[in-house]
Amino acid sequence: MHPIFASIAIAGPETILTLGSLAALMLGSFTPRHRALAVTSLFAVAIMAVAGFSLLDAPAGRSIAFDGLYVADDFSAFLKLLILAAAAASVLLALPWLQESGPDGVAAGRFEYPVLLLLAALGMAMMVSANDLLTLYVGLELAALPSYVLAAFSRRDDRSAEAGLKYFVLGALASGILLYGVTLIYGFAGSTQLDVIAGLVSVQSERSLGLLFGIVFILAGLAFKVSAVPFHMWTPDVYEGAPTPVAAFFSAAPKAAALGLMARVLLAFPGAVAADWQQIILFIAIASMVLGAVAAVAQSNLKRLLAYSSIANIGFALVGLAPGTAAGISALLFYITVYVAMTLGSFLVVLQLRRPDGATVEAMADLAGLSKTQPRLAAALAIFMFSLAGIPPLLGFWPKFAVFQAAIASGLIGLAIIGFIASVVAAFYYLRLIKIMYFDEPAVPLASEGSPVNGAMIAACALFCSPIGMLALSPLAVATAKAAASLFPA
Amino acid sequence: MAAFAFYLFAGLLLTSGLMVITAKNPVHSVLWLILAFFNAAGLFILLGAEFLAMLLVIVYVGAVAVLFLFVVMMLDIDFRALQRGALQNLPLGLAVSGVILAEVLLVASGWTAGQGVIVHEALAGPPPGMSNTQWIGSQLYTRYFFVFSMSGLILLAAMVGAIVLTHRRRVGIKKQSIAAQNARTPAATLGVGKAGLGQGVEL
Repeated sequence: MHPIFASIAIAGPETILTLGSLAALMLGSFTPRHRALAVTSLFAVAIMAVAGFSLLDAPAGRSIAFDGLYVADDFSAFLKLLILAAAAASVLLALPWLQESGPDGVAAGRFEYPVLLLLAALGMAMMVSANDLLTLYVGLELAALPSYVLAAFSRRDDRSAEAGLKYFVLGALASGILLYGVTLIYGFAGSTQLDVIAGLVSVQSERSLGLLFGIVFILAGLAFKVSAVPFHMWTPDVYEGAPTPVAAFFSAAPKAAALGLMARVLLAFPGAVAADWQQIILFIAIASMVLGAVAAVAQSNLKRLLAYSSIANIGFALVGLAPGTAAGISALLFYITVYVAMTLGSFLVVLQLRRPDGATVEAMADLAGLSKTQPRLAAALAIFMFSLAGIPPLLGFWPKFAVFQAAIASGLIGLAIIGFIASVVAAFYYLRLIKIMYFDEPAVPLASEGSPVNGAMIAACALFCSPIGMLALSPLAVATAKAAASLFPA
Repeated sequence: MAAFAFYLFAGLLLTSGLMVITAKNPVHSVLWLILAFFNAAGLFILLGAEFLAMLLVIVYVGAVAVLFLFVVMMLDIDFRALQRGALQNLPLGLAVSGVILAEVLLVASGWTAGQGVIVHEALAGPPPGMSNTQWIGSQLYTRYFFVFSMSGLILLAAMVGAIVLTHRRRVGIKKQSIAAQNARTPAATLGVGKAGLGQGVEL
């Protein structure tokens, strides 16, 4: 058998997603228009499910494919499952919104939405399996390009078009910076393959300035993708302008993929260089936590609030990356998993609520008295907010605990203290939202959009974030520890 | 001879680059830009990278520059009005670029090339009897097959995105329906009638 077939077998999920996205495009084009969106969406979810099951069946251990361009290990498998689940949820949650919007009911409900999400999921799967800077770049672009289009998806809306353009221009700039870093690293290390670079760097005695510059540039590009401070400026504007289902997608799967990629790239620079990149991670973690907490206090728009919340959460997740230890990476993975459930749940509730004129809810003041008009949705949102704030019995507390524990174990006590203060500040605006929902007089009678699928997803996320979710703690701990261990070959 | 060719191409490249930004007429700017591309291609040939040279000519001159020309000629932009404010900001721009130039010179004077390079040996070139282009092609389709094919998917995503953002379904336009055309029979469209003297034909 030709080695290319063995490689294709190792990259099973990517192969399934590639063929699936092409098939979904054909399916959408040749299905009658009024059914195309629903059929393509369900097909896309099925493809993602098949790709996910192929991961469960994958052989254990680390396998390299395509001459070292691609690696499949427990780390990539864990993140791919998370990415595929988040992307599939993003396809499903958009369905009611896509079907109802547009003047004739079909105009905005175009089947390209699930196809673009499939392509983005493929790019993200490539990112977490990158063993080469080339794979990293191509995967990043494949994930980013559909995102730009999705941000501008309701093109009749000026804000959506503006969000798409803003995201595109800044994203292209970030990609350029990242690519410049890649060329610097290639020039100084003579290879783009991460494990080769790791081998070279670990035996190197003197510090290489050019290599360091390359790492700084790559980190700047990746920090843009995870919207970490100081590369976060686009996030609130894009979240606010983009359609709500798209903002929900942006806040979940791409963050998981980019954080995973960041961990994989940085761990390819061990030894003396590690102390250098650790400073950068420390800075962006602290800056993201503090700015995300402080800037969110002044927000009155729900989507902007959730954008700042995602910036702050990325900061907390990066606390797990800063020590560069297996325990830290394991805490990082745990944090992303819980964060994805919390953020998707919050966006689902926002998406489910409708003003009397049929528009989606954007202003925080609209939520006043939600506990009386929509008690179940209010309860779910309260669970997500308490969980995001990290109030102990809820699941959101445990990943914060885990990342701080990992930081303290590596002697980063200052980082943990600043993170603790930031999380107290952040608790203010999460609790303010709960106060608006439970103790203010109802202003606008909000209706529920009433989609049973989205309702079930809200219930599942709320159950996971509630104290019942603690049942999932020990299996999650086993899975994240196994995934993190695969990044540290003995 | 090679040195002469280098200085010729490099000098022309710099001159035409300068002309791109100083030319009054935007169409002239684009034409200068095309000249700059050709000179850059000449430099690539001097380096022995004939494939890159051809790529530069085909992609940049053949596609990008022609697109620029079209845009410049089609759009009704008053470039005079755009340039009017430029002189006011000139002192500030010169000051900033002066600072940056000083910084670059300062850093460059203390720089020894090749410091910190981990791997010094050059990459293996093409095997004997194989041209550059052939070597790039064979690497692209074997070792880098994965990223090459995924780049194709990026282009697909870009294409789908362009259609999503710009295509709209217009109503009230007449389209060819090949099936309906083929299904027509003479009986449905042809008729034989008698035209009497001095009268028209009843249809």
